Amino acid sequence: MAKLALQSVTKSFGDNIVCRGIDLSVDEGEMVCLIGASGSGKSTLLRCINLLEPIDDGRILLDGVDISEPGLDPQPIRARIGIVFQSFNLFPHMTAAENVMLAPRRVLGKSRETLEAPVKALFDRFDLGQRMQHYPDQLSGGQQQRVAIIRALAMQPEIMLFDEITSALDPELVGEVLDVLRQLRTEGMTMILATHEMAFARELADKVCFLDASRILEEGPPETLFSNPREDRTRAFLKRVL
Amino acid sequence: MSLRLRKSRAGLSLTHGFVQMLCWSLDKFPPPSNLWTTQQGRTIRQMKTVITSACLLAATSSVALAAGHGSCADGLTLEENVLTIATGNPAYYPWVLNDAPESGEGYEAAVAYAIAEELGFEADAVKWVRTSFDEAIQPGAKDFDFNMQQYSITPEREQMVDFSLPYYTSAMAVLTTKGVVDAGATATLDSLKGLVWGADANTTALPMLTEIVAPEKDPLLYGDNTDVTAAMQANQIDAALFDLPTALYLSAVVVEGGVLLGQFPAERSENPDQFGLLFEEGNPLRDCVNTAITALTESGKLAEIEATWLQEATGVPVIE
Amino acid sequence: MTDQTSVPRGSAPGLTRRQAYEQRLRRRSNTLAAGSTLAVVLAVVVLVPLAPGWDAVKRSFFNGQVFAKTFPGLLDAFLMNVAIFLWCAPIIAILGLVIALFRDVRSPALYPLRLFGAIYTDVFRGLPVILVIYLIGFGVPGLGLPRPWNSPYVWGSLALILVYAAYVAEVIRSGIDSIHHSQRAAAASLGLSDGETMRYVVLPQAIRNVAPANMNLFIALQKDVALLSFIGPVEVFRQAGVYKSLLANFTPYVGAAVIFLALTIPATRYADYLMNKQRRRQS
Repeated sequence: MAKLALQSVTKSFGDNIVCRGIDLSVDEGEMVCLIGASGSGKSTLLRCINLLEPIDDGRILLDGVDISEPGLDPQPIRARIGIVFQSFNLFPHMTAAENVMLAPRRVLGKSRETLEAPVKALFDRFDLGQRMQHYPDQLSGGQQQRVAIIRALAMQPEIMLFDEITSALDPELVGEVLDVLRQLRTEGMTMILATHEMAFARELADKVCFLDASRILEEGPPETLFSNPREDRTRAFLKRVL
Repeated sequence: MSLRLRKSRAGLSLTHGFVQMLCWSLDKFPPPSNLWTTQQGRTIRQMKTVITSACLLAATSSVALAAGHGSCADGLTLEENVLTIATGNPAYYPWVLNDAPESGEGYEAAVAYAIAEELGFEADAVKWVRTSFDEAIQPGAKDFDFNMQQYSITPEREQMVDFSLPYYTSAMAVLTTKGVVDAGATATLDSLKGLVWGADANTTALPMLTEIVAPEKDPLLYGDNTDVTAAMQANQIDAALFDLPTALYLSAVVVEGGVLLGQFPAERSENPDQFGLLFEEGNPLRDCVNTAITALTESGKLAEIEATWLQEATGVPVIE
Repeated sequence: MTDQTSVPRGSAPGLTRRQAYEQRLRRRSNTLAAGSTLAVVLAVVVLVPLAPGWDAVKRSFFNGQVFAKTFPGLLDAFLMNVAIFLWCAPIIAILGLVIALFRDVRSPALYPLRLFGAIYTDVFRGLPVILVIYLIGFGVPGLGLPRPWNSPYVWGSLALILVYAAYVAEVIRSGIDSIHHSQRAAAASLGLSDGETMRYVVLPQAIRNVAPANMNLFIALQKDVALLSFIGPVEVFRQAGVYKSLLANFTPYVGAAVIFLALTIPATRYADYLMNKQRRRQS
């Protein structure tokens, strides 16, 4: 059984259709990359999976259970699915450590004391142990994104979603963030990335989906999709970005 | 015969009007002083001398015409031959009836016309203007000859403005409501001390209250009578101190269930509350007005007016 | 060598060309500012006393004797202003916050709260403070409440609270709106409820952002406490009026003005300082 399955998911904002019947299946430990032009619906799809946006029709199954049922309390589900955005992730009035501890304390009801050791371990694991007491504006853009990832991981999510998390970064800072993703990949985290980093997708993804006009036009293993795309539009897009 | 006489008087007064205007404009807009040194200036000066003598002549004759006898107010009023009197806005009963001082009805309106007559002004030579308390005491030129709205004469105020001799000495009365009386308030100082007091902040009621009654709680103060009565109606205050005529009016007409608990009689020895006409400091007209008030007092005219317009407060007990 | 000769006279050595230029510019405008200020002050000091009515104005507004006599009494009465301010301010802060939260309610079931919040702020920001004070201060007690529940202190304060809470609510709401929507999304994605998101993520930032604006409101409140005098309480403005009436002199008002300024000028400066600091932080 797939860890996460999307079945004919549709979503629109007024007259603007942003998902036209999307089907997608992600296995445990798999890394799926969503590529496509800006506005093709990648971000919205991730927000729908996380239940930040309610879907209009179709189903989203997590471990085979429909989590998109209208009226369902989204909070416990969101806690199982981590997401990191392009920017404005961190809460500027809290230190890095406070950012990370907020949800475990308020949602999981853990005490600051019991959290201290595991949070420290998390920061150390991603080489940010020295930055725990810094405020976001004292951190570089790359460090901020890494703290945001740590913050999502602190909730011990089953799936991680990444929404173009390197797009707003200076080029020299992209590497350190991608390294974190690499590390997560080796640790076996199930991940879905919306990304413009084609080289990275090609290197690490199990599956790449090309989104065009609010639907998944083509999907497949990176070697096939990047070297030998089936659709003209995929080929045209890849030609533009590669 | 009589018709001709009237006609010629009318013609005369028209000429007077013109001369007056000329005199007034010369007075208000003198030629610039640097002109005096020039040739042209000399001519103007000569002209002015001529006109001034004419003016003096005209003024004397016009007063003689208007007043019929030489008056000490000659040339001392704001406007020649017109006595400008200020009152409150609005003017309250029973001092002025229906907020219409022109009618001469109400104690102050009647006294005003009596004084005017004494000074030699016909009733139609009296002009009324309205001012607030603050306008009456603000520095700068005044637009009235005197101001009449129950101003209490105090030595402190006399340092800033001038007062006439008193034209009325008021008893102070305690206005309260039936509810307060039912709750046990009596006309004794001891009982009064325990009440919650209110007063009009612009009157001398407050110092009188603190000196005579010395209430236990600080009194609440208001901008005018209406607000004092509103607070009484809202049961925020138990009692308020007013001059007796005002209190009589308020208890009878304004405050529902209003009662006069008692009075501090006018002839009490300390701090009698005496009303005087207010003048701009140094106004020489005051001496004439004082003479007039003395005459009215001595002739019994003031007492007569008081009997006509102010109710006797025989039913109000004296506070012990 | 050539570099040294290019440094203009009068400027410290070691300045860059731009710094030297700016220094000259600054000196020139300082001289200009000082000169013009001096001219205006001189004109006021010399010309005003020449006005024919100056002596009278001085005697009624700037009378040293009256000032000395009444100032202690005014200070005493000002304690009443301070007291009224002190009990109103925290209630205003809390009520303003509550109304602001009403206006941010997103759940359709709670729409009436949202509507109430909107009507509340519209009504109370639309009315002159003095009108509300009269209506509530005299009107409500007139319904026949027993003492001490009809006290003008209670209802007058309530009027101030209602009006100022409306303003504070609007300020806080603008602060809430200024927080980037990603912040809410980030908090929600971590599993925080709407309430937790508001409490731990949005409000702390929003309130800090609008602190200077709120401070200005509270300075205005300090001044408007004087309006309570219309329904009875004897605070500094009323006390000044009493002195004015007894002494037929306006100097006590000047005394009251001095007291207000002594408090509001430092407070206004501080609010400006906070605002500038914040602008620097955000840029």
